[in-house]
Amino acid sequence: MSATPTTEAPPVDGPVPRRPATRRRLVPYWLLLPGIVWLLVFFALPMVYQASTSVQTGSLEQGFQVTWHFRTYWDAFQEYWPQFVRSLLYAGTATLLCLLLGYPLAYLIAFKAGRWRNLLLVLVIAPFFTSFLIRTLAWKTILADDSLVVDALGALHVLDVTSWLGWTEGDRVLATPMAVVCGLTYNFLPFMILPLYTSLERIDTRLHEAAQDLYASPATTFRKVTFPLSMPGVVSGTLLTFIPASGDYVNAELLGSTDTKMVGNVIQSQFLRVLDYPTAAALSFILMAIVLFMVTVYIRKAGTEDLV
Amino acid sequence: MRWLRKNLVVIAGLLTLAYMILPNAVVMVFSFNRPNGRFNYSWQRFSTDAWKDPCGVADLCRSLTLSLQLAAWATLGAVLLGTMIAFALVRYRFRARGAINSLIFLPMAMPEVVMAASLLTLFLNMGVQLGFLTVLIAHIMFCLSFVVTAVKARIMSMDPRLEEAARDLYAGPAQTFLRVTLPIAAPGIAAGGLLAFALSFDDFIITNFNAGPSTVTFPMFVWGSAQRGTPVQINVIGTAMFVLAVLIVVTGQLIANRRKKTATA
Repeated sequence: MSATPTTEAPPVDGPVPRRPATRRRLVPYWLLLPGIVWLLVFFALPMVYQASTSVQTGSLEQGFQVTWHFRTYWDAFQEYWPQFVRSLLYAGTATLLCLLLGYPLAYLIAFKAGRWRNLLLVLVIAPFFTSFLIRTLAWKTILADDSLVVDALGALHVLDVTSWLGWTEGDRVLATPMAVVCGLTYNFLPFMILPLYTSLERIDTRLHEAAQDLYASPATTFRKVTFPLSMPGVVSGTLLTFIPASGDYVNAELLGSTDTKMVGNVIQSQFLRVLDYPTAAALSFILMAIVLFMVTVYIRKAGTEDLV
Repeated sequence: MRWLRKNLVVIAGLLTLAYMILPNAVVMVFSFNRPNGRFNYSWQRFSTDAWKDPCGVADLCRSLTLSLQLAAWATLGAVLLGTMIAFALVRYRFRARGAINSLIFLPMAMPEVVMAASLLTLFLNMGVQLGFLTVLIAHIMFCLSFVVTAVKARIMSMDPRLEEAARDLYAGPAQTFLRVTLPIAAPGIAAGGLLAFALSFDDFIITNFNAGPSTVTFPMFVWGSAQRGTPVQINVIGTAMFVLAVLIVVTGQLIANRRKKTATA
Protein backbone atom coordinates (compact mmCIF):
# COMPACT_ATOMS: atom_id res chain seq x y z
CA MET A 1 0.00 0.00 0.00
CA SER A 2 1.81 3.08 -1.14
CA ALA A 3 0.68 6.53 -0.17
CA THR A 4 0.18 9.10 -2.84
CA PRO A 5 2.92 11.65 -2.44
CA THR A 6 1.80 15.17 -1.77
CA THR A 7 1.27 17.06 -4.93
CA GLU A 8 2.96 20.35 -4.23
CA ALA A 9 0.89 23.25 -5.43
CA PRO A 10 2.63 25.00 -8.28
CA PRO A 11 3.95 28.43 -7.30
CA VAL A 12 1.05 30.77 -7.76
CA ASP A 13 1.72 34.41 -8.20
CA GLY A 14 -0.81 36.69 -6.64
CA PRO A 15 -2.22 37.06 -3.18
CA VAL A 16 -1.78 33.46 -1.99
CA PRO A 17 0.73 33.68 0.84
CA ARG A 18 3.40 30.99 0.83
CA ARG A 19 3.77 29.30 4.12
CA PRO A 20 7.24 28.61 5.46
CA ALA A 21 8.45 25.16 4.45
CA THR A 22 9.06 23.98 8.02
CA ARG A 23 5.48 24.70 9.01
CA ARG A 24 4.23 22.75 6.03
CA ARG A 25 6.38 19.83 6.96
CA LEU A 26 4.84 19.79 10.43
CA VAL A 27 1.26 19.51 9.16
CA PRO A 28 1.08 15.68 9.17
CA TYR A 29 2.43 15.57 12.71
CA TRP A 30 -0.23 17.97 13.94
CA LEU A 31 -2.90 15.88 12.21
CA LEU A 32 -1.58 12.68 13.76
CA LEU A 33 -0.88 14.07 17.22
CA PRO A 34 -4.27 13.87 18.99
CA GLY A 35 -5.28 10.44 17.72
CA ILE A 36 -1.89 8.86 18.12
CA VAL A 37 -1.48 10.28 21.62
CA TRP A 38 -4.91 8.83 22.44
CA LEU A 39 -3.85 5.39 21.23
CA LEU A 40 -0.49 5.60 22.98
CA VAL A 41 -1.99 6.61 26.32
CA PHE A 42 -5.11 4.43 26.29
CA PHE A 43 -3.94 1.44 24.24
CA ALA A 44 -0.14 1.11 24.37
CA LEU A 45 0.52 2.45 27.87
CA PRO A 46 -2.10 0.13 29.44
CA MET A 47 -0.20 -2.80 27.92
CA VAL A 48 2.91 -1.62 29.79
CA TYR A 49 0.91 -1.33 33.00
CA GLN A 50 -0.50 -4.76 32.47
CA ALA A 51 2.96 -6.20 31.87
CA SER A 52 4.12 -4.69 35.14
CA THR A 53 1.01 -5.92 36.99
CA SER A 54 1.60 -9.46 35.76
CA VAL A 55 4.96 -9.65 37.57
CA GLN A 56 3.72 -8.15 40.82
CA THR A 57 2.92 -9.94 44.04
CA GLY A 58 0.92 -8.84 47.01
CA SER A 59 -2.65 -8.61 48.08
CA LEU A 60 -5.48 -6.13 47.77
CA GLU A 61 -5.08 -5.02 51.38
CA GLN A 62 -1.30 -4.57 51.39
CA GLY A 63 -1.01 -3.44 47.81
CA PHE A 64 0.91 -5.00 44.95
CA GLN A 65 4.65 -4.58 44.34
CA VAL A 66 6.72 -5.43 41.31
CA THR A 67 8.77 -8.43 42.38
CA TRP A 68 9.50 -9.82 38.91
CA HIS A 69 7.50 -12.85 39.87
CA PHE A 70 7.40 -14.58 36.49
CA ARG A 71 6.11 -17.75 38.10
CA THR A 72 2.63 -16.20 37.92
CA TYR A 73 2.66 -16.93 34.20
CA TRP A 74 3.56 -20.56 34.71
CA ASP A 75 1.05 -21.00 37.55
CA ALA A 76 -1.71 -19.30 35.62
CA PHE A 77 -1.04 -21.39 32.55
CA GLN A 78 -0.90 -24.61 34.53
CA GLU A 79 -4.11 -23.86 36.34
CA TYR A 80 -6.08 -22.62 33.35
CA TRP A 81 -4.68 -24.46 30.34
CA PRO A 82 -7.96 -26.32 29.79
CA GLN A 83 -9.67 -22.95 29.34
CA PHE A 84 -6.99 -21.88 26.86
CA VAL A 85 -7.37 -25.07 24.85
CA ARG A 86 -11.14 -24.69 24.97
CA SER A 87 -10.99 -21.08 23.79
CA LEU A 88 -8.84 -21.93 20.80
CA LEU A 89 -10.90 -25.03 20.01
CA TYR A 90 -14.26 -23.26 20.25
CA ALA A 91 -13.04 -20.17 18.38
CA GLY A 92 -11.41 -22.33 15.70
CA THR A 93 -14.53 -24.45 15.23
CA ALA A 94 -16.75 -21.36 15.12
CA THR A 95 -14.44 -19.76 12.54
CA LEU A 96 -14.56 -22.86 10.36
CA LEU A 97 -18.34 -23.05 10.66
CA CYS A 98 -18.63 -19.35 9.82
CA LEU A 99 -16.59 -19.94 6.68
CA LEU A 100 -18.63 -22.99 5.67
CA LEU A 101 -21.97 -21.29 6.35
CA GLY A 102 -20.96 -17.82 5.24
CA TYR A 103 -19.35 -18.65 1.92
CA PRO A 104 -22.52 -19.86 0.15
CA LEU A 105 -24.43 -16.81 1.34
CA ALA A 106 -21.68 -14.38 0.26
CA TYR A 107 -21.49 -16.21 -3.08
CA LEU A 108 -25.26 -16.05 -3.47
CA ILE A 109 -25.33 -12.30 -2.80
CA ALA A 110 -22.36 -11.59 -5.07
CA PHE A 111 -23.33 -13.65 -8.12
CA LYS A 112 -26.89 -14.98 -7.97
CA ALA A 113 -29.00 -12.41 -6.16
CA GLY A 114 -29.68 -10.03 -9.06
CA ARG A 115 -32.08 -7.38 -7.94
CA TRP A 116 -32.41 -8.96 -4.50
CA ARG A 117 -28.78 -8.17 -3.74
CA ASN A 118 -29.38 -5.04 -1.67
CA LEU A 119 -32.21 -6.63 0.28
CA LEU A 120 -30.04 -9.63 1.14
CA LEU A 121 -27.21 -7.35 2.22
CA VAL A 122 -29.59 -5.45 4.48
CA LEU A 123 -30.75 -8.76 5.97
CA VAL A 124 -27.13 -9.73 6.69
CA ILE A 125 -26.45 -6.46 8.49
CA ALA A 126 -29.90 -6.14 10.06
CA PRO A 127 -29.27 -8.40 13.09
CA PHE A 128 -26.60 -5.89 14.17
CA PHE A 129 -29.34 -3.40 14.92
CA THR A 130 -30.55 -5.42 17.89
CA SER A 131 -28.09 -5.56 20.76
CA PHE A 132 -26.04 -8.76 20.46
CA LEU A 133 -26.71 -9.66 24.08
CA ILE A 134 -30.47 -9.74 23.48
CA ARG A 135 -29.93 -11.89 20.39
CA THR A 136 -27.64 -14.23 22.28
CA LEU A 137 -30.28 -14.58 24.99
CA ALA A 138 -32.73 -15.56 22.24
CA TRP A 139 -30.58 -18.66 21.67
CA LYS A 140 -31.48 -19.69 25.22
CA THR A 141 -35.04 -19.97 23.99
CA ILE A 142 -34.15 -21.62 20.69
CA LEU A 143 -31.91 -24.25 22.28
CA ALA A 144 -33.96 -24.79 25.44
CA ASP A 145 -34.85 -28.38 26.38
CA ASP A 146 -37.87 -29.59 24.41
CA SER A 147 -37.78 -26.62 22.07
CA LEU A 148 -38.69 -27.18 18.41
CA VAL A 149 -35.08 -27.16 17.24
CA VAL A 150 -33.81 -29.48 19.94
CA ASP A 151 -36.72 -31.91 19.46
CA ALA A 152 -36.09 -31.95 15.72
CA LEU A 153 -32.38 -32.61 16.23
CA GLY A 154 -33.29 -35.40 18.64
CA ALA A 155 -35.76 -36.97 16.22
CA LEU A 156 -33.16 -36.89 13.45
CA HIS A 157 -30.70 -38.63 15.81
CA VAL A 158 -28.29 -35.74 15.41
CA LEU A 159 -28.08 -35.43 19.17
CA ASP A 160 -27.06 -39.10 19.49
CA VAL A 161 -24.03 -38.38 17.33
CA THR A 162 -23.16 -35.10 19.01
CA SER A 163 -23.53 -36.65 22.47
CA TRP A 164 -21.22 -39.45 21.45
CA LEU A 165 -18.72 -36.84 20.33
CA GLY A 166 -19.13 -35.06 23.66
CA TRP A 167 -20.57 -31.89 22.15
CA THR A 168 -23.96 -32.27 23.79
CA GLU A 169 -25.24 -34.15 26.81
CA GLY A 170 -28.09 -36.59 26.27
CA ASP A 171 -31.00 -34.66 24.84
CA ARG A 172 -29.75 -31.32 26.13
CA VAL A 173 -28.12 -28.71 23.92
CA LEU A 174 -28.14 -25.67 26.19
CA ALA A 175 -25.18 -25.54 28.61
CA THR A 176 -23.06 -27.76 26.33
CA PRO A 177 -20.06 -26.99 24.09
CA MET A 178 -22.34 -27.13 21.05
CA ALA A 179 -24.49 -24.28 22.37
CA VAL A 180 -21.41 -22.11 22.94
CA VAL A 181 -19.99 -22.82 19.50
CA CYS A 182 -23.41 -22.23 17.98
CA GLY A 183 -23.61 -18.84 19.71
CA LEU A 184 -20.07 -17.88 18.70
CA THR A 185 -20.74 -18.87 15.08
CA TYR A 186 -23.95 -16.90 15.08
CA ASN A 187 -22.42 -13.79 16.63
CA PHE A 188 -19.47 -13.53 14.24
CA LEU A 189 -21.08 -14.68 10.96
CA PRO A 190 -21.58 -11.14 9.59
CA PHE A 191 -17.85 -10.45 10.16
CA MET A 192 -17.12 -13.40 7.88
CA ILE A 193 -19.76 -12.71 5.25
CA LEU A 194 -19.03 -9.04 4.61
CA PRO A 195 -15.31 -9.39 3.73
CA LEU A 196 -16.12 -12.53 1.70
CA TYR A 197 -18.77 -10.64 -0.20
CA THR A 198 -16.46 -7.67 -0.84
CA SER A 199 -13.77 -9.83 -2.39
CA LEU A 200 -16.22 -12.05 -4.33
CA GLU A 201 -18.01 -9.03 -5.72
CA ARG A 202 -14.76 -7.70 -7.20
CA ILE A 203 -14.25 -10.85 -9.29
CA ASP A 204 -14.79 -10.25 -12.98
CA THR A 205 -17.55 -12.70 -14.01
CA ARG A 206 -15.97 -13.00 -17.44
CA LEU A 207 -13.31 -15.12 -15.75
CA HIS A 208 -16.04 -17.67 -14.95
CA GLU A 209 -17.13 -17.65 -18.58
CA ALA A 210 -13.55 -18.06 -19.71
CA ALA A 211 -13.11 -21.06 -17.41
CA GLN A 212 -16.28 -22.63 -18.75
CA ASP A 213 -15.19 -21.97 -22.33
CA LEU A 214 -12.05 -23.90 -21.51
CA TYR A 215 -14.22 -26.86 -20.47
CA ALA A 216 -13.82 -26.46 -16.72
CA SER A 217 -16.66 -27.98 -14.72
CA PRO A 218 -18.43 -25.68 -12.23
CA ALA A 219 -16.53 -27.41 -9.42
CA THR A 220 -13.19 -26.87 -11.13
CA THR A 221 -14.08 -23.26 -11.90
CA PHE A 222 -14.76 -22.73 -8.23
CA ARG A 223 -11.61 -24.51 -7.08
CA LYS A 224 -9.24 -22.92 -9.58
CA VAL A 225 -10.74 -19.48 -10.19
CA THR A 226 -13.31 -18.25 -7.72
CA PHE A 227 -11.89 -19.53 -4.45
CA PRO A 228 -8.29 -18.39 -5.03
CA LEU A 229 -9.53 -14.95 -6.03
CA SER A 230 -11.60 -14.70 -2.87
CA MET A 231 -8.62 -15.48 -0.61
CA PRO A 232 -8.26 -11.89 0.71
CA GLY A 233 -11.86 -12.12 1.92
CA VAL A 234 -11.28 -15.55 3.43
CA VAL A 235 -8.21 -14.34 5.29
CA SER A 236 -9.71 -11.15 6.68
CA GLY A 237 -13.01 -12.92 7.44
CA THR A 238 -11.33 -15.69 9.42
CA LEU A 239 -9.24 -13.13 11.32
CA LEU A 240 -12.25 -10.93 12.10
CA THR A 241 -14.02 -14.04 13.42
CA PHE A 242 -11.24 -15.88 15.21
CA ILE A 243 -9.72 -12.95 17.10
CA PRO A 244 -12.86 -11.73 18.87
CA ALA A 245 -14.16 -15.29 19.33
CA SER A 246 -11.00 -16.40 21.14
CA GLY A 247 -11.41 -13.73 23.80
CA ASP A 248 -15.18 -13.88 24.07
CA TYR A 249 -16.80 -14.77 27.37
CA VAL A 250 -20.38 -13.72 26.69
CA ASN A 251 -21.46 -16.86 24.81
CA ALA A 252 -19.77 -19.21 27.26
CA GLU A 253 -21.44 -17.40 30.16
CA LEU A 254 -24.95 -17.15 28.71
CA LEU A 255 -25.18 -20.41 26.75
CA GLY A 256 -22.60 -22.62 28.47
CA SER A 257 -21.99 -24.19 31.83
CA THR A 258 -19.03 -24.30 34.23
CA ASP A 259 -17.54 -26.99 31.97
CA THR A 260 -17.48 -24.71 28.95
CA LYS A 261 -15.68 -21.72 30.50
CA MET A 262 -13.25 -20.06 28.13
CA VAL A 263 -10.18 -18.05 29.00
CA GLY A 264 -12.18 -14.83 28.65
CA ASN A 265 -14.41 -16.00 31.51
CA VAL A 266 -11.39 -16.62 33.70
CA ILE A 267 -9.86 -13.20 32.94
CA GLN A 268 -13.17 -11.52 33.61
CA SER A 269 -13.77 -13.23 36.94
CA GLN A 270 -10.15 -12.87 38.11
CA PHE A 271 -10.27 -9.17 37.29
CA LEU A 272 -13.77 -8.18 38.36
CA ARG A 273 -14.68 -10.70 41.05
CA VAL A 274 -11.61 -12.43 42.53
CA LEU A 275 -9.50 -9.25 42.13
CA ASP A 276 -6.32 -11.28 41.62
CA TYR A 277 -4.82 -8.73 39.26
CA PRO A 278 -1.43 -10.37 38.61
CA THR A 279 -3.00 -13.67 37.51
CA ALA A 280 -5.57 -11.88 35.36
CA ALA A 281 -2.88 -9.75 33.74
CA ALA A 282 -0.68 -12.77 33.08
CA LEU A 283 -3.62 -14.68 31.56
CA SER A 284 -4.52 -11.85 29.25
CA PHE A 285 -0.88 -11.53 28.18
CA ILE A 286 -0.70 -15.22 27.37
CA LEU A 287 -3.92 -14.93 25.36
CA MET A 288 -2.58 -11.90 23.50
CA ALA A 289 0.69 -13.67 22.73
CA ILE A 290 -1.08 -16.80 21.45
CA VAL A 291 -3.49 -14.82 19.26
CA LEU A 292 -0.83 -12.49 17.83
CA PHE A 293 1.44 -15.45 17.12
CA MET A 294 -1.31 -17.40 15.36
CA VAL A 295 -2.40 -14.35 13.37
CA THR A 296 1.15 -13.59 12.23
CA VAL A 297 1.80 -17.18 11.15
CA TYR A 298 -1.56 -17.31 9.41
CA ILE A 299 -1.01 -14.07 7.48
CA ARG A 300 2.48 -15.26 6.44
CA LYS A 301 1.06 -18.59 5.24
CA ALA A 302 -1.86 -17.03 3.45
CA GLY A 303 0.53 -14.58 1.84
CA THR A 304 -1.81 -11.64 1.91
CA GLU A 305 -0.15 -8.52 3.15
CA ASP A 306 -2.57 -5.79 2.16
CA LEU A 307 -5.02 -6.31 4.97
CA VAL A 308 -4.62 -3.05 6.77
CA MET B 1 -32.10 -33.81 -8.54
CA ARG B 2 -30.53 -31.67 -11.24
CA TRP B 3 -32.52 -28.75 -9.94
CA LEU B 4 -31.17 -29.41 -6.47
CA ARG B 5 -27.59 -29.50 -7.70
CA LYS B 6 -28.03 -26.31 -9.65
CA ASN B 7 -29.53 -24.44 -6.75
CA LEU B 8 -27.39 -25.89 -3.98
CA VAL B 9 -25.63 -22.57 -3.36
CA VAL B 10 -28.91 -20.69 -3.19
CA ILE B 11 -30.40 -23.18 -0.73
CA ALA B 12 -27.29 -23.22 1.48
CA GLY B 13 -27.10 -19.43 1.42
CA LEU B 14 -30.74 -19.00 2.36
CA LEU B 15 -30.37 -21.53 5.19
CA THR B 16 -27.47 -19.47 6.56
CA LEU B 17 -29.61 -16.37 6.29
CA ALA B 18 -32.38 -18.13 8.21
CA TYR B 19 -29.85 -19.03 10.93
CA MET B 20 -28.87 -15.36 11.13
CA ILE B 21 -32.42 -14.02 11.24
CA LEU B 22 -33.95 -16.64 13.55
CA PRO B 23 -32.88 -15.00 16.84
CA ASN B 24 -34.29 -11.66 15.70
CA ALA B 25 -37.59 -13.38 14.97
CA VAL B 26 -37.53 -14.96 18.43
CA VAL B 27 -36.79 -11.59 20.05
CA MET B 28 -39.73 -10.09 18.17
CA VAL B 29 -42.19 -12.86 19.02
CA PHE B 30 -41.18 -12.89 22.68
CA SER B 31 -41.78 -9.16 22.96
CA PHE B 32 -45.48 -10.16 22.92
CA ASN B 33 -45.08 -12.77 25.62
CA ARG B 34 -46.38 -12.68 29.15
CA PRO B 35 -43.89 -14.84 31.01
CA ASN B 36 -44.48 -16.71 34.23
CA GLY B 37 -41.78 -15.71 36.66
CA ARG B 38 -38.80 -13.51 36.04
CA PHE B 39 -37.33 -14.99 32.87
CA ASN B 40 -38.73 -14.50 29.39
CA TYR B 41 -37.39 -17.70 27.85
CA SER B 42 -40.48 -19.84 27.28
CA TRP B 43 -43.71 -18.90 25.55
CA GLN B 44 -46.75 -18.48 27.79
CA ARG B 45 -49.42 -16.30 26.22
CA PHE B 46 -49.90 -13.31 23.98
CA SER B 47 -49.86 -9.87 25.53
CA THR B 48 -49.05 -6.34 24.42
CA ASP B 49 -48.37 -5.10 27.95
CA ALA B 50 -44.67 -4.56 27.39
CA TRP B 51 -45.25 -2.60 24.19
CA LYS B 52 -47.67 -0.28 26.02
CA ASP B 53 -45.14 0.42 28.73
CA PRO B 54 -41.62 0.07 27.30
CA CYS B 55 -40.03 2.07 30.12
CA GLY B 56 -41.97 0.20 32.80
CA VAL B 57 -38.86 -1.50 34.12
CA ALA B 58 -36.70 0.49 36.51
CA ASP B 59 -33.54 1.93 34.90
CA LEU B 60 -34.13 0.37 31.48
CA CYS B 61 -34.78 3.60 29.60
CA ARG B 62 -32.13 5.43 31.60
CA SER B 63 -29.57 2.88 30.42
CA LEU B 64 -30.80 3.33 26.86
CA THR B 65 -30.35 7.13 26.95
CA LEU B 66 -26.95 6.67 28.53
CA SER B 67 -25.90 4.33 25.71
CA LEU B 68 -27.15 6.74 23.05
CA GLN B 69 -25.28 9.65 24.63
CA LEU B 70 -22.15 7.59 25.01
CA ALA B 71 -22.30 6.40 21.41
CA ALA B 72 -22.86 9.95 20.14
CA TRP B 73 -19.84 11.35 22.01
CA ALA B 74 -17.66 8.36 21.15
CA THR B 75 -18.57 8.73 17.46
CA LEU B 76 -17.79 12.43 17.51
CA GLY B 77 -14.41 11.86 19.15
CA ALA B 78 -13.43 8.89 17.00
CA VAL B 79 -14.50 10.60 13.77
CA LEU B 80 -12.57 13.77 14.54
CA LEU B 81 -9.35 12.03 15.57
CA GLY B 82 -9.69 9.26 12.99
CA THR B 83 -10.30 11.54 10.01
CA MET B 84 -7.25 13.61 10.90
CA ILE B 85 -5.10 10.48 11.08
CA ALA B 86 -6.50 9.17 7.80
CA PHE B 87 -5.67 12.41 5.98
CA ALA B 88 -2.16 12.46 7.39
CA LEU B 89 -1.58 8.83 6.37
CA VAL B 90 -2.77 9.24 2.79
CA ARG B 91 -1.65 12.76 2.01
CA TYR B 92 1.69 13.23 3.70
CA ARG B 93 5.03 11.58 4.03
CA PHE B 94 6.51 11.45 7.49
CA ARG B 95 8.69 9.37 9.72
CA ALA B 96 7.57 6.30 11.65
CA ARG B 97 4.76 5.53 9.22
CA GLY B 98 5.16 1.79 9.80
CA ALA B 99 4.99 2.15 13.57
CA ILE B 100 1.90 4.35 13.30
CA ASN B 101 0.20 1.90 10.96
CA SER B 102 0.78 -0.94 13.42
CA LEU B 103 -0.46 1.19 16.31
CA ILE B 104 -3.71 1.66 14.38
CA PHE B 105 -3.96 -1.97 13.28
CA LEU B 106 -3.22 -3.57 16.65
CA PRO B 107 -6.44 -2.59 18.48
CA MET B 108 -8.37 -4.38 15.74
CA ALA B 109 -6.18 -7.49 16.00
CA MET B 110 -6.50 -7.84 19.75
CA PRO B 111 -9.16 -9.78 21.62
CA GLU B 112 -11.38 -7.20 23.27
CA VAL B 113 -10.92 -8.70 26.71
CA VAL B 114 -7.16 -8.01 26.55
CA MET B 115 -7.69 -4.32 25.78
CA ALA B 116 -10.42 -4.09 28.38
CA ALA B 117 -8.29 -5.66 31.11
CA SER B 118 -5.19 -3.61 30.36
CA LEU B 119 -7.11 -0.34 30.25
CA LEU B 120 -8.62 -1.19 33.63
CA THR B 121 -5.10 -1.78 34.99
CA LEU B 122 -4.14 1.71 33.84
CA PHE B 123 -7.17 3.31 35.48
CA LEU B 124 -6.63 1.36 38.71
CA ASN B 125 -2.96 2.29 38.85
CA MET B 126 -3.69 5.94 38.18
CA GLY B 127 -6.47 5.95 40.75
CA VAL B 128 -9.02 7.15 38.19
CA GLN B 129 -12.65 6.88 39.30
CA LEU B 130 -14.49 4.55 36.89
CA GLY B 131 -17.57 6.06 35.26
CA PHE B 132 -18.92 7.67 32.11
CA LEU B 133 -15.61 9.32 31.26
CA THR B 134 -13.54 6.14 31.48
CA VAL B 135 -16.03 4.30 29.25
CA LEU B 136 -16.00 7.17 26.76
CA ILE B 137 -12.19 7.10 26.67
CA ALA B 138 -12.26 3.36 26.03
CA HIS B 139 -14.89 3.60 23.30
CA ILE B 140 -13.07 6.35 21.42
CA MET B 141 -9.91 4.24 21.66
CA PHE B 142 -11.34 1.12 20.02
CA CYS B 143 -13.56 2.96 17.50
CA LEU B 144 -10.65 5.09 16.27
CA SER B 145 -8.97 2.37 14.19
CA PHE B 146 -12.20 1.49 12.39
CA VAL B 147 -12.83 5.13 11.47
CA VAL B 148 -9.26 5.50 10.19
CA THR B 149 -9.68 2.41 7.98
CA ALA B 150 -13.01 3.56 6.54
CA VAL B 151 -11.92 7.15 5.83
CA LYS B 152 -8.51 6.09 4.49
CA ALA B 153 -10.13 3.81 1.92
CA ARG B 154 -12.28 6.65 0.67
CA ILE B 155 -9.50 9.26 0.43
CA MET B 156 -7.24 6.80 -1.36
CA SER B 157 -9.80 6.22 -4.09
CA MET B 158 -10.19 9.97 -4.57
CA ASP B 159 -9.00 11.60 -7.79
CA PRO B 160 -6.23 14.07 -6.81
CA ARG B 161 -6.86 16.01 -10.01
CA LEU B 162 -10.09 17.38 -8.54
CA GLU B 163 -8.12 19.23 -5.88
CA GLU B 164 -5.58 20.40 -8.42
CA ALA B 165 -8.42 21.73 -10.51
CA ALA B 166 -9.78 23.63 -7.52
CA ARG B 167 -6.36 25.18 -6.87
CA ASP B 168 -5.98 26.06 -10.53
CA LEU B 169 -9.23 27.94 -10.19
CA TYR B 170 -7.62 30.02 -7.42
CA ALA B 171 -9.27 28.31 -4.47
CA GLY B 172 -7.20 28.76 -1.32
CA PRO B 173 -6.14 25.68 0.68
CA ALA B 174 -8.99 26.15 3.16
CA GLN B 175 -11.52 26.65 0.39
CA THR B 176 -10.25 23.61 -1.53
CA PHE B 177 -10.51 21.51 1.60
CA LEU B 178 -14.00 22.66 2.59
CA ARG B 179 -15.60 22.77 -0.87
CA VAL B 180 -13.86 19.88 -2.64
CA THR B 181 -11.93 17.49 -0.39
CA LEU B 182 -14.37 17.24 2.51
CA PRO B 183 -17.51 16.65 0.38
CA ILE B 184 -15.74 13.86 -1.51
CA ALA B 185 -14.45 12.28 1.71
CA ALA B 186 -17.87 12.62 3.37
CA PRO B 187 -19.23 9.13 2.52
CA GLY B 188 -16.13 7.55 4.05
CA ILE B 189 -16.44 9.72 7.14
CA ALA B 190 -20.15 8.86 7.39
CA ALA B 191 -19.44 5.13 7.05
CA GLY B 192 -16.75 5.34 9.72
CA GLY B 193 -19.08 7.32 11.96
CA LEU B 194 -21.93 4.83 11.60
CA LEU B 195 -19.59 1.96 12.34
CA ALA B 196 -18.25 3.77 15.40
CA PHE B 197 -21.78 4.48 16.63
CA ALA B 198 -22.84 0.86 16.20
CA LEU B 199 -19.68 -0.49 17.84
CA SER B 200 -19.94 1.86 20.79
CA PHE B 201 -23.68 1.40 21.30
CA ASP B 202 -23.43 -2.38 21.33
CA ASP B 203 -20.13 -2.75 23.15
CA PHE B 204 -20.21 -4.95 26.17
CA ILE B 205 -16.82 -6.43 27.05
CA ILE B 206 -14.79 -3.20 27.29
CA THR B 207 -17.67 -1.43 29.03
CA ASN B 208 -18.07 -4.32 31.48
CA PHE B 209 -14.46 -3.81 32.62
CA ASN B 210 -14.25 -0.02 32.64
CA ALA B 211 -17.69 1.28 33.60
CA GLY B 212 -17.82 0.91 37.35
CA PRO B 213 -21.09 0.14 39.13
CA SER B 214 -22.83 3.47 38.47
CA THR B 215 -22.54 3.60 34.68
CA VAL B 216 -25.08 1.08 33.42
CA THR B 217 -25.26 1.15 29.62
CA PHE B 218 -27.97 -0.73 27.75
CA PRO B 219 -25.80 -3.84 27.11
CA MET B 220 -24.79 -3.77 30.77
CA PHE B 221 -28.46 -3.65 31.72
CA VAL B 222 -29.23 -6.64 29.52
CA TRP B 223 -26.26 -8.55 30.98
CA GLY B 224 -27.47 -7.80 34.50
CA SER B 225 -30.98 -8.86 33.62
CA ALA B 226 -29.70 -12.21 32.32
CA GLN B 227 -28.73 -12.86 35.95
CA ARG B 228 -31.67 -11.23 37.74
CA GLY B 229 -34.52 -11.90 35.34
CA THR B 230 -35.17 -10.70 31.81
CA PRO B 231 -38.03 -8.22 31.47
CA VAL B 232 -40.09 -8.42 28.28
CA GLN B 233 -39.25 -4.76 27.71
CA ILE B 234 -35.71 -5.54 26.53
CA ASN B 235 -37.28 -7.52 23.67
CA VAL B 236 -39.50 -4.54 22.92
CA ILE B 237 -36.50 -2.22 22.72
CA GLY B 238 -34.58 -4.77 20.63
CA THR B 239 -37.46 -5.19 18.20
CA ALA B 240 -38.10 -1.46 17.95
CA MET B 241 -34.44 -0.77 17.16
CA PHE B 242 -34.42 -3.51 14.54
CA VAL B 243 -37.59 -2.33 12.79
CA LEU B 244 -36.54 1.33 12.92
CA ALA B 245 -33.10 0.63 11.46
CA VAL B 246 -34.45 -1.59 8.68
CA LEU B 247 -37.04 1.08 7.81
CA ILE B 248 -34.33 3.76 7.62
CA VAL B 249 -32.12 1.60 5.39
CA VAL B 250 -34.99 0.62 3.09
CA THR B 251 -36.26 4.22 2.77
CA GLY B 252 -32.74 5.41 2.03
CA GLN B 253 -32.42 2.74 -0.64
CA LEU B 254 -35.75 3.71 -2.21
CA ILE B 255 -34.80 7.39 -2.29
CA ALA B 256 -31.45 6.52 -3.85
CA ASN B 257 -33.19 4.35 -6.47
CA ARG B 258 -35.64 7.11 -7.35
CA ARG B 259 -32.81 9.63 -7.67
CA LYS B 260 -30.95 7.27 -9.96
CA LYS B 261 -34.08 6.87 -12.08
CA THR B 262 -34.70 10.62 -12.38
CA ALA B 263 -31.03 11.17 -13.12
CA THR B 264 -31.10 8.71 -16.03
CA ALA B 265 -34.51 9.85 -17.30
